[in-house]
Amino acid sequence: MNEEKIILKMEHIEKSFYGVNVLKDVSLFLKEGEIQALMGENGAGKSTLMKILGGIYSKDSGTIAVNGREVEIKTPLAARELRICLVHQEISLVPQLSIADNIFLGSELKRGLLEDKRAMKDKAKKAIETLELNVPATTKVYKLSVAQQQLVEIAKALVFDAKIIILDEPTAAISQKEAESLFNYLKKLKDKGISIIYISHRMEEIFKVCDSITVMRDGIVVANKRTEETDKSEVIAAMVGRSITDFFGNNHPKGTEDILEVKGLNNRYLNNVSFTLKKGEILGFAGLVGAGRTELARAIFGLDKIESGEIYLNGERIKCSKPYDAMKCGIGLIPEDRKQSGLFLEKSISYNLTLLVLKKFIRGIFVNDKRRNEIIKEYSEKLTIKMAGIGQHCAQLSGGNQQKVVISKWLAYGPKVLIMDEPTRGVDVGAKAEIYHLINNLANEGYSIMMISSELPEIINMSSRIVVMHEGRITGILDGKETEFVQEEIMNYAIGGKVDEKYKS
Amino acid sequence: MKSTKVRNEHKIVEMLKDFVKTNGGIMIALAAMFIFLSFANQYFFTSNNMANLFNYFTTNCVLAMCMMCVLITGEIDLSISSFVALSGIVLCVFLNRGMPFGVSLLLTLLIGALAGVLTGTVIAFSGMPSFIVTLAMQGVIRGSAYIISAGERISSADEWLFNLTSNRYMGVPLPTIIILAIAVLLGLLLYRTSFGKHMYAAGGNREAAIYSGINVKRIVIVTFAISGALACLAGSFVASRVTSGQPSAGSGYEGDAVAAAVLGGTAFTGGRGTVSGVIIGALVIGTLTNGMNLLEINAYWQQICKGLIIMLAVMIDTLKQRRSN
Repeated sequence: MNEEKIILKMEHIEKSFYGVNVLKDVSLFLKEGEIQALMGENGAGKSTLMKILGGIYSKDSGTIAVNGREVEIKTPLAARELRICLVHQEISLVPQLSIADNIFLGSELKRGLLEDKRAMKDKAKKAIETLELNVPATTKVYKLSVAQQQLVEIAKALVFDAKIIILDEPTAAISQKEAESLFNYLKKLKDKGISIIYISHRMEEIFKVCDSITVMRDGIVVANKRTEETDKSEVIAAMVGRSITDFFGNNHPKGTEDILEVKGLNNRYLNNVSFTLKKGEILGFAGLVGAGRTELARAIFGLDKIESGEIYLNGERIKCSKPYDAMKCGIGLIPEDRKQSGLFLEKSISYNLTLLVLKKFIRGIFVNDKRRNEIIKEYSEKLTIKMAGIGQHCAQLSGGNQQKVVISKWLAYGPKVLIMDEPTRGVDVGAKAEIYHLINNLANEGYSIMMISSELPEIINMSSRIVVMHEGRITGILDGKETEFVQEEIMNYAIGGKVDEKYKS
Repeated sequence: MKSTKVRNEHKIVEMLKDFVKTNGGIMIALAAMFIFLSFANQYFFTSNNMANLFNYFTTNCVLAMCMMCVLITGEIDLSISSFVALSGIVLCVFLNRGMPFGVSLLLTLLIGALAGVLTGTVIAFSGMPSFIVTLAMQGVIRGSAYIISAGERISSADEWLFNLTSNRYMGVPLPTIIILAIAVLLGLLLYRTSFGKHMYAAGGNREAAIYSGINVKRIVIVTFAISGALACLAGSFVASRVTSGQPSAGSGYEGDAVAAAVLGGTAFTGGRGTVSGVIIGALVIGTLTNGMNLLEINAYWQQICKGLIIMLAVMIDTLKQRRSN
């Protein structure tokens, strides 16, 4: 195999929407069997470029050559015929259909008028075996974990014999361990001569798995380097156009007295969970997806029933059977999926931001607009929300700004205990740094924060202490005072390989 | 002082702009229909015909407002057409027992509200889709109307029953005044109170509403109560026109109510809808029905036309939404 054979050449690509130049003279080269990272903040033009390659958008000018032959990719079908396959960020499988049916959805194999079920099953089976996904091809997709579903999406690409696979943030929704195995599959695909364009915000995994890195900013390619010739800070600097020195902030709030105490919490998802949260600390919750961290948050917030166990706030026992009760006690929850459970996308920023504090400016039918605008101004400035106006719909905001709106909504309400579930998921690097600083500031101001995160660097660098969970139980609580947090140790607790004496049942 | 005035004027201009932006298309359609009909038919602008048009409009408009409230919270109420029958009958029963008109009407609306509470409670606590529950309620309520009336029309000679739809104040028919009053009240509820904002939240994104500590169950129950009471008011209008309650009244009215609501920009998926839009939507449906009658279009063709027009309106709205996203 010729190592240097260039399989894809995109040259001088230009694209504009409604007169706004989204891509300016962008060129990208992909070698056979190469994993190339495509990085950039949200809105940098990565997705647009990839959608042009996938035949979803058409370019305004420029050329695309596959295997040295110039091509026009007008439709997704044309892309498939060129063996280019786009795996979307959001999983687009039909849960009620089997793996095989999903893989062939829209291009079913036929024998005469009928579907050739067996051929589809066999082909699907071969693909999922390649990916070492050990489930039958007839399994219904809703039974699979998110990571497994991701693999089914990739299997789709394999079945159609893709030579170029584009992965758009494949690990956004899966845990570290599952990501590790995904990387192994990617390496296998690479050995087969398949080229991969890998879009991700996660620095760690990029350096682990990619051969080269292309960075885009504001519609242009600002850097293209071999992975071994660059480092994280250089990539981040290229992405944001400035260097971020203290990415995570450097104050580690230690917290003072205990404010929240959870004792022996049990329900469908939780097994004897006990911990305390101190006033003004950031308590990190680490674990794999499905470890029960989100479920713990839901139980404390009154969304899930508690079968046994007690919760004390400031020494007083509280019982919250619905979110409203928890809010009354001063507990807030910033949910993990902001589009689904955090925001009203079709409503304005002002609607979203003030929804929890309507009482502050509405008395009966009398609305105090001045007071309302003050509230909006206070928080949009505090969190530097970038917006066209307070009437702008949240759907039009970038991920980072959407997250800031959700955080503002809760800050306006002013809870004492703030649970943040994956506060930086799907948020670009610049906004991430801002959110980290904000969380630090909040802790310093006396907010007590429970931060659930699947990104270990985030957990390690932000937390005062770390609670590690595995299958609904706490397996260890690490205190940063004595020793530095060790990634391996956290992982060991998270996979259930090690359980602290205190939590053995 | 002056600056407040300027700001208020500015606000009114903004509101007007918003109104035109959301309802512009449908208003042009309405105006076009009016202009066309006044040229095409000499009877269209006669006071007799206008009264006819408004008769149909008032009933449909009230029902469309029920539908809008329920649609905003992300539910649907198919049972309102049966409330029209039930309310006419119980109203006449109360009147025939010698109760004063005001008390009878209030009791009728209360029955509607209670039935709404029942429907809403079943939907909120069982998790069954409102489409199914209200479809079942449609049968239950219409059946009750037939049982109470023994399948017969129940007449009443009460003076105020007749007056309800025939009295005029300064030339304006009483139902129109009532509708305007309801429009103002609903507007205040929807745009100016926390409850109204929570209604939009419950329909716009149910899960986010729950995560925001909003008691969605309560919202749904109260909304169905409002819908039930308003549907009974519409039924009282119908009974007033024929001075009797009839168990078959209002059959199929829920279709036109959905049509008016959706034409007026209410989202079928929840979270979006305005009172002004719905009034215009009801005017369009009313004018359309009236116009086709005047032009002596065959009743079967009328149904086809109406169906196609509703589809067109929803299609335009869908395309608009898709483009703005």
